[in-house]
Amino acid sequence: PHALVFLEHNKGQLDSGSLSALTAASQLGGRVSGLIVGAPEELPTVLEQAKKVTGLDTVLHSASPQYTTLLPEIVTPLFVKLLSTQSPFTHVVSAHSSSAKSILPRVAAKLDLPAVSDITSVQHDSSSNSTTFTRPIYAGNAISTVRASDSIPIKFFTVRSTAFSAAAVGDAEAKTESIDAVHVSNPSTEHVSTSLTKSDRPDLGVASRVVSGGRALKNAETFKATLFPLADALGAAVGASRAAVDAGYADNSLQVGQTGKIVAPELYMAIGISGAIQHLAGMKDSKLIVAVNKDPDAPIFQVADVGLVADLYEAVPEMVEKLK
Amino acid sequence: MRPSAVRLLNILVPVKRAVDFAVKIRVNPEQTGIDLNVKHSMNPFDEIAVEEAVRLRERLKDAVKSIKVVTIGPPKAVETLRTALAMGADSAIHVEIPEGTPSPEPLAVAKTLRELVMRQKEGVDLIIMGKQAIDDDAGQTGQMLAGLMDWAQATFASKVDVDPSTKAANVTREIDGGLEQLKCQLPMVITTDLRLNEPRYASLPNIMKAKKKPIEKFTPADLGVDLTPRLRTLKVTEPPKRVGGGKVANVDELLVKLKEAGITPKRA
Repeated sequence: PHALVFLEHNKGQLDSGSLSALTAASQLGGRVSGLIVGAPEELPTVLEQAKKVTGLDTVLHSASPQYTTLLPEIVTPLFVKLLSTQSPFTHVVSAHSSSAKSILPRVAAKLDLPAVSDITSVQHDSSSNSTTFTRPIYAGNAISTVRASDSIPIKFFTVRSTAFSAAAVGDAEAKTESIDAVHVSNPSTEHVSTSLTKSDRPDLGVASRVVSGGRALKNAETFKATLFPLADALGAAVGASRAAVDAGYADNSLQVGQTGKIVAPELYMAIGISGAIQHLAGMKDSKLIVAVNKDPDAPIFQVADVGLVADLYEAVPEMVEKLK
Repeated sequence: MRPSAVRLLNILVPVKRAVDFAVKIRVNPEQTGIDLNVKHSMNPFDEIAVEEAVRLRERLKDAVKSIKVVTIGPPKAVETLRTALAMGADSAIHVEIPEGTPSPEPLAVAKTLRELVMRQKEGVDLIIMGKQAIDDDAGQTGQMLAGLMDWAQATFASKVDVDPSTKAANVTREIDGGLEQLKCQLPMVITTDLRLNEPRYASLPNIMKAKKKPIEKFTPADLGVDLTPRLRTLKVTEPPKRVGGGKVANVDELLVKLKEAGITPKRA
């Protein structure tokens, strides 16, 4: 097999999700190439980093001002060119990120190929040229094992990053190869703006500790005033339940759950979260789950390793005080 | 041809009948799938899509000429179409597959939708659909359809503004870590995220009216599409059970547990 891994980057840094995707691609047992796409001025830094990533054979890179923000309509022709006639690639792999989720299925459809989303394990059998994946379905309440046989010449899959450790950036020296950009004239979509939520805390997707709040936090002010000191005492990222996000207590980028972020940190603290199945889907692979809720029957306690039935407005400040 | 000042929009909303979001999922003993003998409803993201189409008409009035919903599913999927019609869609298409047939894969769904789009005499300007179905959680169909049609796409939409006179849409999307705004030329595919809107409940008079709205029926063969899965599902299993239920009496005990797990406060 020869996998092509879509390596995403942000501010000159490779995304950790892409490095996990690379680990999954390595498990296919063959060659692994990376693909980096971006604006001409940002590529050199990322490329230097990508060359050093363990497990990468070759780094393909394509630069164009049109690739400053990756729009699926604009980047799809590049993928299609790389994967069309006489393509050496047998697999196309990416993180299950919002960008890759938007691009990969579009590319796959162009090539009349199916795709497998959000896989948690992968195994390739070279003799039959078939790849078997496991992936959660029904919000993780069931695990499906699916096989892509050799009737599918290029197997597309996105990778759940919490299921694979990130490939190390070490002292490897991968080959690099420049690929001509495919210019798209009169694109149907134009990027207007991006607004990223700024935070000094660790990024939710990769943090080793997460403190999450639910509807019981009452409003945006108490959400901040209550949870942020605890997160800071632990060096944790802040997360939220869908209820808290919908009610406007927290930014939507902080949502943990089936349709938000999937996290699996060392420590997940659920504060005032009842534990709807959609929320559990996003955090139940965490190593240690701690729950504080005043309702002893809250479903969150069924998955919590450490449950405390208490008023969070008393328990959380006490924790913060004693952690100092 | 009579020139018109405002191009009239024809909207198509694909919907899926799925196991209701509140149902506790049980894997069947044969490990071939889950127990489907449970309550089903419209996929929640598709409900948001129907709602958005209806709201577009409420805002743009006559500029929205038609809202058509479509489903691919067993005979019972007609209930899902009736729900969408009661919410405000005008007409529906049911691509019927026999009860018990495996749910078609995203690419097959996208191809079926492409075929239906091409059969619409007045064309389709806008397809609004859920970003994922909560059963297979694949999240691919919208992007695949946009690719097949060579249309613009805006996934994970949390705000949609359509200007019928310029045939353009401004869409705010939820991306990792924040929001992104796009300007897209119609025709296009929009996939809906949770915060786009809150779907209405259909009123009783509208439910009654929906019973009289037309539903056109096709079989996959009528459309010349093959819905046979290309991936093989080998088995469906229960996820590893998490043994929780541990309780502590107070904050001190909680902190002891943290310490035992090697979790210490961060030194500033």
